[in-house]
Amino acid sequence: MNLTELARQFSESLPHARALGIRAVTGTPGTVTFALPYDERFIGDPATGILAGGVISTLLDTSCGASVLSHPLCGGTTATLDLRIDYMRAATPGQGLRAEAECYHVTRSVAFVRARAWDEDGDSPVATAAGAFTFQMVEEGQLNIAGQRRPYSDAGQV
Amino acid sequence: MKKTPEPVQVIKQRRDRALAAMVDGVPYIRFLGIRFDRRGDELTGILPYDDKLIGNPQLPAIHGGVTAAFLEVTAVIGLSWTMIWQDLEAGRLDPDHIASGALPQMPKTIGLTVDYLRSGLPRDAYARAFVLRSGRRYASVRVEAWQDNVARPIAQASGHFRMPSAFTPRTRSA
Repeated sequence: MNLTELARQFSESLPHARALGIRAVTGTPGTVTFALPYDERFIGDPATGILAGGVISTLLDTSCGASVLSHPLCGGTTATLDLRIDYMRAATPGQGLRAEAECYHVTRSVAFVRARAWDEDGDSPVATAAGAFTFQMVEEGQLNIAGQRRPYSDAGQV
Repeated sequence: MKKTPEPVQVIKQRRDRALAAMVDGVPYIRFLGIRFDRRGDELTGILPYDDKLIGNPQLPAIHGGVTAAFLEVTAVIGLSWTMIWQDLEAGRLDPDHIASGALPQMPKTIGLTVDYLRSGLPRDAYARAFVLRSGRRYASVRVEAWQDNVARPIAQASGHFRMPSAFTPRTRSA
């Protein structure tokens, strides 16, 4: 399966991601991007119209989970173990958000992920995240969740 | 001569109105459906279950982002509440002004680290914040969430917050 399609199916299968209007933009092995439109229901500071931190956490968490599933060695589902979120600045009111997450390392049972979120100013991030997720590594010779077969490590030898 | 104590209903009404004004004015808190239960100065956040809060529908489990948001909202409201409590009790802060939209500035989240301990089941969740340190510029808060059993938390978080530049609550006229 195409990884953008995998990311799209993933976010559409999560009722809360749908409720926030989160949608997949791109998916490549281990890296995904998602977008979230600005919505007045998600305002955290009514005086300024700035989005609540929790909305950004959800966008980042969703993106991180999808990046784990898009990893070539992923053989099953995932769940967040821990997630650290840093807020660099307030998101500009009226602007949608975009997040990119990268699953940069996996072991048999744990995936390590980092992510960033921006508004329309692509030069300065609104927030960053780093976390660990549960991971089920696909066995050699078996299909990963994108439907690709993991080769045997001794492939090509006698 | 001894001063007559305020009637209990007057005290309760003042505190509840100040709390409601702080919470009800935030659209995102309403969107998630979070409420606060107050016992004296102790607050418990309540996140009533709703289908739209689900992340993984197979389990089913509450979205990790919702858990993080619930913990953060509880931490910010808990911290703001400890900030306004003294002014409110001393009569320096008028709950009517808060209710009319003159909200004190809220602390801003610098960072939050969430540990997911158990999956959030499709039922109500509760959370309580503990202010570990509250200084002039920064504050640190730990917050814990649970569902049926308070001894079996579903998640905990610790976060750092930037305090409003001068915590003098904005009033309507000043």
